[in-house]
Amino acid sequence: MKIEVDVGACEMHGDCVMEAPEVFDLQDDSDVVTVLNDTPPEELRAKVESAARMCPVSAILVKD
Amino acid sequence: MRRIVIVGGGLGGFRTARSLRAAGFDGDVIVVGDEESLPYDRPPLSKQLLAGTFTPEQCLLAGETSDVRWLLGTAVAGVSLGRQVLTLTDGTDLGFDDLVVATGRRARPWPGPPTVARVHTLRSLADVAAFQADLADAVDVVVIGAGFVGCEAAATLRQRGLAVTVVDVSAHPMPVLGDVAGEVARKRHAEHGVRWRLGTTVAAIEGQARVRGVRLADGELLPADAVLVAIGSLPNTEWLAGAGVALRGGAVEVDRTGRALDEAGAPVPGLWAVGDAAAWAHPHAPGPVCVEHWSNARDMADVVATNLVAAADERTVLTSVPSFWSDQYDMKIKSVGYLRAADQLALVEEDPARRALLVEARRAGEVVGVIAFNMPKAVLGYQRALRLRSA
Repeated sequence: MKIEVDVGACEMHGDCVMEAPEVFDLQDDSDVVTVLNDTPPEELRAKVESAARMCPVSAILVKD
Repeated sequence: MRRIVIVGGGLGGFRTARSLRAAGFDGDVIVVGDEESLPYDRPPLSKQLLAGTFTPEQCLLAGETSDVRWLLGTAVAGVSLGRQVLTLTDGTDLGFDDLVVATGRRARPWPGPPTVARVHTLRSLADVAAFQADLADAVDVVVIGAGFVGCEAAATLRQRGLAVTVVDVSAHPMPVLGDVAGEVARKRHAEHGVRWRLGTTVAAIEGQARVRGVRLADGELLPADAVLVAIGSLPNTEWLAGAGVALRGGAVEVDRTGRALDEAGAPVPGLWAVGDAAAWAHPHAPGPVCVEHWSNARDMADVVATNLVAAADERTVLTSVPSFWSDQYDMKIKSVGYLRAADQLALVEEDPARRALLVEARRAGEVVGVIAFNMPKAVLGYQRALRLRSA
């Protein structure tokens, strides 16, 4: 599983952090989400897919 | 084959359709929408679309559309819940097994006499296109209403170089944010050149063939080449009048599984509602309330879609924590919780250099929500705590 974030689309809503805090985080001095692990282990798949689904700007792409 | 008809082609309707497919529903899904466009996202309308940095196509909601039947440019005249038939405005009937109300809201029109040309509202792609056309040769714009749409539009119009005056009866913009955050926002807008006329009312929108200005209650005439009326919204539920559904402030009352209720409080078989045409009993609210946030439409649509395919005894309950955001200049405003429940808004952190602040919304000392400017990380902790409590 590989995560790609569209940094041009990301607006720091943080819904992804609510769904998958192991993978995503926000920093106050950044304009885009912080990806803690862009190749998370398979057991986080449900959380990561939920993060992508909850994103208000569809900025998260989960590949294979 | 089971047929689910969704009335309303905005976020709530589109999300319900997508979540139905994601949940494995393989029957008919038909979306009836009165706009011509495929579903689009409304938050960019007052920002990127009005600024000209997005095209209408870039506002379209992401997701598959080929596995849903679209009846666009089509409005609903009425419904018979007993016969399970919708009547469309062209006279045709459309049967359903389940019906999802996702008709949302429309901009509240100016309540005065019929308005002259160049007076606009901002809720749809068509609204923005019409407003844009009148802005091309405009110098002065008056925005009536300092809510979120009015403030976002004012910021965008200033960035386009227009002279902007905002009028509101409130002492501060975005009154739900309270005095402290509202004052910070007021100052930031003023620094960007917005002229405020707060604590005052509009006597009339003046002009003959086209608008000339906005007359205030104290007699001042604000010159205007275009006017934006941003005074709230009304639910699109007139078509449900007399159908036997409980309407609260015009919104369809639903239980926490998303089923519409009748006046006696019993679920109406086969009828569901999502988004800001629906009202549900948030635990911090005194009764059913309409939560007019993007996230509420998303969360209600997900719950209703899940429950449309679930067994009756395995339904999911809506636990959505109200949350909204607004971007104005360099202010990223974010809030979670049902703010209207608060009896106190307390400033707990402020960093003027960063235009950052954090205000807790408390009820009897208990934190029921938070408002933050430029502090997205801090909001997460509150959101997590509120989510745990609402689960």
